Amino acid sequence: MAELATFLAYPVGLLTIAGIYAVMCLGLNVQWGFTGLFNAGIAGFFAVGAYTSAILTTAPHPDYLGGFGLPVAVGLVCAMATAGVVALGIGWLTLSLRSDYLAIATIGIAEILRLIVKNEDWLTNGPRGIPAIPRPFEWLPPFPAQVAYLALVAAIIAVIYIALERGLNSPWGRVMRAIRENEESARAAGKDIMRRRLEAFVLGSMIMGLGGALMAHSIKFIGPEATEPLIVTFLVWVMLIAGGSGNNRGAILGAVVIWAIWSMTELVTRQLPADWALRSAYLRVFLIGLALQIILQRASSGLLAEKPPKPIPLDEGEPKGRSRG
Amino acid sequence: MSATIAVENVSKFFGGVRAVNDCSLTVEKGSITGLIGPNGAGKTTLFNTVAGFFKPTAGRITLDGRDITGLPPHRLFHLGLVRTFQIPHEFSRMTVLENLCVVPGGQTGESLMRSWLFWPRVKSEERTVRRRAEDTLSFLNLAHVRDELAGNLSGGQKKLLELGRVIMSGAKTILLDEPGAGVNRTLLADLSAHIRHLNRDRGYTFCIIEHDMDLIAELCDPVIVMAQGAVMTQGKMADVRRDPAVIEAYFGGGGAADT
Repeated sequence: MAELATFLAYPVGLLTIAGIYAVMCLGLNVQWGFTGLFNAGIAGFFAVGAYTSAILTTAPHPDYLGGFGLPVAVGLVCAMATAGVVALGIGWLTLSLRSDYLAIATIGIAEILRLIVKNEDWLTNGPRGIPAIPRPFEWLPPFPAQVAYLALVAAIIAVIYIALERGLNSPWGRVMRAIRENEESARAAGKDIMRRRLEAFVLGSMIMGLGGALMAHSIKFIGPEATEPLIVTFLVWVMLIAGGSGNNRGAILGAVVIWAIWSMTELVTRQLPADWALRSAYLRVFLIGLALQIILQRASSGLLAEKPPKPIPLDEGEPKGRSRG
Repeated sequence: MSATIAVENVSKFFGGVRAVNDCSLTVEKGSITGLIGPNGAGKTTLFNTVAGFFKPTAGRITLDGRDITGLPPHRLFHLGLVRTFQIPHEFSRMTVLENLCVVPGGQTGESLMRSWLFWPRVKSEERTVRRRAEDTLSFLNLAHVRDELAGNLSGGQKKLLELGRVIMSGAKTILLDEPGAGVNRTLLADLSAHIRHLNRDRGYTFCIIEHDMDLIAELCDPVIVMAQGAVMTQGKMADVRRDPAVIEAYFGGGGAADT
């Protein structure tokens, strides 16, 4: 049993982190896949969520705000709420910008958030970060606790997936996709574009904030390095594009595949001499880029392409054989 | 007859360019009004201004007597005024059916919260919307491409789809920007038959920008001629064609255009 646990610890850990990335990827899918909003500041919303939950759930500490020792569930909900409020403010300012300008604005804002995290010691403990973040199920032995946390992440993905699929298959999703396809025409069809874009931006950012909080609780520590754009924004984008933008299953699959490649390459590069290991960090980014290229060459819309929802059957609910008046 | 759209002394400047300059005109209820003029006369700018895409620099616009100056397009949509685009603006990666179903306003399921909570109601509304869309598709002879992505349609079919979205909107005042551009003769005949049918049998009012003089002559009465951002003259096509000033401005002085 103990050997089995050792053997399985790696894949369970890998899947947990992949699952957390899948959460963020689903958030980005709402923004880019459904609505066509180019958010290049994922790391910012990740940080807001991670730090919110960390501050609320850790034990009191003299060096930074909190901790308030609240339950993890409260931390997760508040992480979503805070990320949502921040997104509302940012969206209000930037969503009237055209897509490429929105990308630039969100990069800038994510950098500002990262610098705040790094420098406002009273709030975030600065570069030292916040340690000892509680992880749910810690009363279990280590391996079952790890499995239980994976199950929690999986359950959260399932809930988000079902909620987003419903949205995508409803007139809401249709309006969002119409805005993505042609904003002017959607406007001519009477849709309030600004409000809709704000809706998608806030919802997507809330999900990203939840992803940040889950990450903080998973690795039990959050510091400024965890909010580097490279390992958050870049990876989540690659995951969504590789998996299939606009397709919720694609977003999840992309997260698992890309995270598997990313962490497997770490296994390899760890074997290298120290001198090489330092350089290999860049090689990993290159390998991810290569993987994306190969996937897009084979399937230009990602592993699972977007499919328009099936039209609603007209005779549903009427017993067969009866006249359809 | 009463005016559906009344444009009163409207101007729209872009920096120093006076695209529309103190322009006044009316579109009568139940008419198919043609709007013609040489390139750069300000027709499309006027359309954009009436449809709420641009705010006028000066002047006043009313719809059925109600001041609509500066209202955004989504408000005008709900007041019953829609426009189409010169270049078809379809939703490419959505099916033809979806292109139509997205249009009707005020659907319960357009709210994410309500589609989570009231799914049965959303579904039954969706069935109603789909039935209307299917009717529109058969009216336009597009039923066979129902499940095709709109981006894969031919240019002419896209124009028909554009008209289909207009029908789905429920609006009765329609601004058509060059419906005939890039459409072959056969389809053009269909298109003008549809427009006439909607006008006569369903009470739609149209204002049409068009460069195809035959289409204008066939469909439109009256015809308004714009030049340099203002109305030059208006009347029946036959009279407008004979007006020397129009020939000078529009037909480039060539009397041969007057056939």
